[in-house]
Amino acid sequence: MIHSLFIINSSGDVFMEKHWKSVIPRSICDYFFDAQRKANNNEDIPPVITTPHHYLLSILRSNLFFVAVCMTEVPPLFVIEFLHRVVDTFEDYFGECTESIIKEHYVVVYELLDEMLDNGFPLATESNILKELIKPPNILRTIANTVTGKSKEYSVSATLPTGQLSNVPWRRSGVKYTNNEAYFDVTEEVDAIIDKAGGTVTAEIQGYIDCCVKLSGMPDLTLTFMNSRLFDDISFHPCVRLKRWESERVLSFIPPDGNSRLLSYHIGPQSVVAIPVYIRHNISFRDVGGGRLDITVGPKQTMGRVVEGVVLEIPMPKCVLNCNLTVTQGKYTFDPVSKLLNWNIGRIDPTKLPNMRGNISVQSGSPPPESNPIINVQFVVTQRALSGLKVNRLDIYGEKYNPFKGVKYVTKAGRFQVRT
Amino acid sequence: MTDSKYFTTTKKGEIFELKSELNSDKKEKKKEAVKKVIASMTVGKDVSALFPDVVNCMQTDNLELKKLVYLYLMNYAKSQPDMAIMAVNTFVKDCEDPNPLIRALAVRTMGCIRVDKITEYLCEPLRKCLKDEDPYVRKTAAICVAKLHDINASMVEDQGFLDQLKELLSDSNPMVVANAVASLTEINEASSSGQPLMELNAATMNKLLTALNECTEWGQVFILDALSQYSPKDEREAQSICERITPRLAHANAAVVLSAVKCLMKFMELMVGDSEFVKNLTKKLAPPLVTLLSSEPEVQYVALRNINLIVQKRPELLKHEMKVFFVKYNDPIYVKLEKLDIMIRLASEANIVQVLSELKEYATEVDVDFVRKAVRAIGRCAIKVETSAERCVSTLLDLIQTKVNYVVQEAIVVIKDIFRKYPNKYESIISTLCENLDTLDEPEARASMIWIIGEYAERIDNADELLESFLEGFHDENTQVQLQLLTAIVKLFLKRPTDTQELVQQVLSLATQDSDNPDLRDRGFIYWRLLSTDPGAAKEVVLAEKPLIAEETDLIEPTLLDELICHIASLASVYHKPPSAFVEGRTGLRRALPKSSGDNDGNSDQQQQQQQQQQPTVIPNQDSLIPDLLNMDVSAPPVVPAAQPAYTGGTLDLLSGGLDSLLGGGGADAAAAPAAGATPPVGGTNTSSAGLLGDIFGMPATAGQGYNVPKQLWLPANRGKGMEITGTFSRRNGIISMDLTIHNKAMQPISNFAIQLNKNSFGISPSSPLNVPAPVAPNQSVDVSLILATTGPVQRMDPLTNLQVAIKNSVDVFYFATVMPMHIFFTEDGAMEKRVFLSTWKDIPSQNEVQFNIDNVNMNADGISNKLQASNVFTIAKRNVEGQDMLYQSIKLTNGIWVLTELKLQPGNTTIVLSLKSRATDVAQGINEAFQGILHS
Repeated sequence: MIHSLFIINSSGDVFMEKHWKSVIPRSICDYFFDAQRKANNNEDIPPVITTPHHYLLSILRSNLFFVAVCMTEVPPLFVIEFLHRVVDTFEDYFGECTESIIKEHYVVVYELLDEMLDNGFPLATESNILKELIKPPNILRTIANTVTGKSKEYSVSATLPTGQLSNVPWRRSGVKYTNNEAYFDVTEEVDAIIDKAGGTVTAEIQGYIDCCVKLSGMPDLTLTFMNSRLFDDISFHPCVRLKRWESERVLSFIPPDGNSRLLSYHIGPQSVVAIPVYIRHNISFRDVGGGRLDITVGPKQTMGRVVEGVVLEIPMPKCVLNCNLTVTQGKYTFDPVSKLLNWNIGRIDPTKLPNMRGNISVQSGSPPPESNPIINVQFVVTQRALSGLKVNRLDIYGEKYNPFKGVKYVTKAGRFQVRT
Repeated sequence: MTDSKYFTTTKKGEIFELKSELNSDKKEKKKEAVKKVIASMTVGKDVSALFPDVVNCMQTDNLELKKLVYLYLMNYAKSQPDMAIMAVNTFVKDCEDPNPLIRALAVRTMGCIRVDKITEYLCEPLRKCLKDEDPYVRKTAAICVAKLHDINASMVEDQGFLDQLKELLSDSNPMVVANAVASLTEINEASSSGQPLMELNAATMNKLLTALNECTEWGQVFILDALSQYSPKDEREAQSICERITPRLAHANAAVVLSAVKCLMKFMELMVGDSEFVKNLTKKLAPPLVTLLSSEPEVQYVALRNINLIVQKRPELLKHEMKVFFVKYNDPIYVKLEKLDIMIRLASEANIVQVLSELKEYATEVDVDFVRKAVRAIGRCAIKVETSAERCVSTLLDLIQTKVNYVVQEAIVVIKDIFRKYPNKYESIISTLCENLDTLDEPEARASMIWIIGEYAERIDNADELLESFLEGFHDENTQVQLQLLTAIVKLFLKRPTDTQELVQQVLSLATQDSDNPDLRDRGFIYWRLLSTDPGAAKEVVLAEKPLIAEETDLIEPTLLDELICHIASLASVYHKPPSAFVEGRTGLRRALPKSSGDNDGNSDQQQQQQQQQQPTVIPNQDSLIPDLLNMDVSAPPVVPAAQPAYTGGTLDLLSGGLDSLLGGGGADAAAAPAAGATPPVGGTNTSSAGLLGDIFGMPATAGQGYNVPKQLWLPANRGKGMEITGTFSRRNGIISMDLTIHNKAMQPISNFAIQLNKNSFGISPSSPLNVPAPVAPNQSVDVSLILATTGPVQRMDPLTNLQVAIKNSVDVFYFATVMPMHIFFTEDGAMEKRVFLSTWKDIPSQNEVQFNIDNVNMNADGISNKLQASNVFTIAKRNVEGQDMLYQSIKLTNGIWVLTELKLQPGNTTIVLSLKSRATDVAQGINEAFQGILHS
């Protein structure tokens, strides 16, 4: 399975390595660096690299490369999923996953990696179990320890992680809260390609229901939807009972303690997706003397909700030197190095549509670019899931108390691109 | 304070300071010190000098401290094996601790210490832990068996850990089951025998399926991979397994989903294609695959590589999902290219309009590789969907108008293919193409353009001028372009002979006289001869109607596809190669030669193998092979050089035909052609040398070994300082012996004989010393028989039957190599049960099947059967199909490899066809030789 892990920063330093079997020399990363040199940018490095004796499987997250080394035939997704899980765990423990954070918590990181994999086989990857084995660094606890006089940074627990063996490995036992609460966030991300004329080439929804459950004991929950037939495909947290869903379309589960992703779903391009914004654009390059740009953004089919957090990102062609624009709302920046034009608009007022127009100056002598740039759009619509998904009710069994319940809906732009 | 402080200590005497801290009385200080040591270790500083001090901290109740010390131990035990022994006692004690966490931790850590001495002490605690009452300990111990196997495989087998591990497959705890499966899989992967350790039967299947529901996501992946190895006995069983696997498609972990897809795809093969069940299942498979494409790009990539296989196997599965493969601007390039590939596979009349408009969009993007592939994709759409051809061509013309250099070049390459597919339809655009002649600088584009000019020379008024312009820099061109130019000008000449005579003369002399490239020279000579002897024939050959090119390109060959489907979700599915082709250690196990036609690599491999099999008995004699070769009659059947690019369809025939006449005519005839000097060797060694060699080697005459192999000269007297050795091998009553005749041609008596055999493929070793009773007097010879055992050390030789021998006598030590006839390894218990034979035959993938012809066999089926039986080739069944006798036989080799054969005898034909199947195809050539020998004896 997984032999070794190397963590590499964006400048190509291997600043962390962990070997679960025999030690594999760092020089193995040279193959990775070769691939890096060949790729145009860091995102384009192929995730599977073959070397004469090893396979390197890598992911790129928060500008760090996590490179796993394998020697035998392994399921690559297994390794890739595991690497993502490692990063998730780090983020869960330390809030974010950066080089300095990892260095700051070196020993905990090392202990975590050791606990997550044994001889290359995943051992404990559930955050609930890990937290029982290795306590996350926590200011509160440090204070508590000082006050009670216990040794500081006593990070490894001496008890057996009970959850690891029970039928509900995702939940630790003996949970107790004074306030019992269960919150559910329904988030939908719209991935779309809009063509020049404003028509939708393809649009799909990737949805998640994340929950934050702080309930005492072993509660058994059921969650029902108003319109459960919407989903084209659905993937569940292991806690969800599949049989029950298949027969009754009811989510029945014993929730993991704390934060977790209960399910994710996909609504494919075959369903009609109502796009909440439109973009009117006119970008043109003349043979000489640069080009002009005129973009207006407006809301569309929002069911009365406000479109917020609107940001437009336009990667300009290489020949563009600068942009001289005026905006009626928000702020724009142009980075002459990355050629990225960024227009941060914020909330759209339907009565006064934001507009950006002006001149683009182009390197003198260079021919006009072959194609117009694409516009990447970000937006947020709160209090509504674009698909119309609604939670009907949440019931709790097995425990006597009456928890506080809440559901929040948000629609966001995922990978939303407008061709011009 | 955070851990980063540990990185800042760079002052001198650090080690010394740490040492004193480690020996401190204060627990707190001790732990801090260990942390510092660990931090230094993880950044690569050498802190091994502190080994005894750190190990001293191991005896503690503090679990964290213990863990840290364990981390240190795992890292440095290898470099300090003697010191590591100090830790053993604590480990053994910890394995008895009342806290299961500590027991598990101890056994886990011990397994990670890769020191032989420690592993000895590990056995007892491990055996106990495998039976521990606590499942947490058991599941940890299960993995530990795999660790131990990695360090010392034979110990694991001797100590019976494998059986204990197999018992854990029926453990009550699903996590333990999953880990046992994982451990067994890993051990299997590493073992060279390749015999599956897990016997999958209905009962174990049931246990695994139950555990599947309850274990962790990672365990599910292991179990699903194990399940996919099972072959259900009938459709009903396959269906019920599928039903229990299907819910896994809704798992959040992409690896679980893809492994489930693998199982379902595999078991679906067993079901009736259009049954309700299969239809339902295919419907269920599509959505999860689509969902994978919304994950991280790395996951998308692996998913796309697999989807590429799946849509080739079952195109209907995703036919409505075209849109999810549309490329997003910020997809990484590796995702973009894969998506494009799948878009073409899914393109059909129903969606072609959308696909084309997308492709056109992509063709204006920035990334050059991607743009090229998009342009190529447009061409492939034109070829695949006939109704769209016109639209594709006009799209391509639009793209040519952009004048972007690489777009134009790609467009011309694909337009050539479109011309091939739809002749006489779109030639009107040739003039537009010709306008861009000057901008073409890539060989493929230039070659394509030249092909177009040559093919349509009669419609292009200035074709001669255009071609002439290419001719100026003939020698600087790429071979591909040179070959095309030669052919194109010959075509032009045949179409417009009057004004292009000079041109054709020029190109022929350029190709034949001034070029070093044998292919080019050969083709030049062939054209030259054709044109000078029979222009009519030349016309027929060069301007022959070309076969249309196939609709689908880049399809994976079906048997390989089937194998890859079994490897969905694995690395093989990413590489689109069977694991045996790239996983180390697997090569010896099953190197399947893809037998697809046109697979040149495969063929040449085979030839190489044949060549190696034919190595002369004494190593330095290699040279003597060559004169033999040259004396061979070369009037072999026509050899088609398969490596020619497909679009030279016309010239393909020409070559083989021409070659025949060239060879048949002999050297003198060929020399009559102009520029004679170069001719004679041309036919024999260049174009088709590989093919010819193959034929020569395939000849039965050289396959001299047989049932009673006559003694051969192994060591000539001049190399043996007067000692000459001839010898052979034989098998009598299950005993293999080496029969030697030692002849003393020297002036002195020779005595004190001894023999040694090098490690070899079959583990042949002398079971007794070489017994030569008395000194051998000059001019005397002695016959000795040496009994051989097959229990010696095994090392793969090339060829497989190669044996290196050293013989010592009173004079010196002599080394020589010989080839053992394969039949001496056929064991007496090689008769397979009929039913087993049948299922084994089916089980072995068809690319493991190798076919040979055996000539000049003048016996009937019974005679053959009896003769072979005497050499332990057992006839299992005999059938008569349409007048042909078929014999099915089984052979077992001493190393346990089974070989199944089928002999096809046609009445009135002395050539019989031998097809053999084995999991280890390497033995095929040797078996063939054995058959040849036995049947010809």
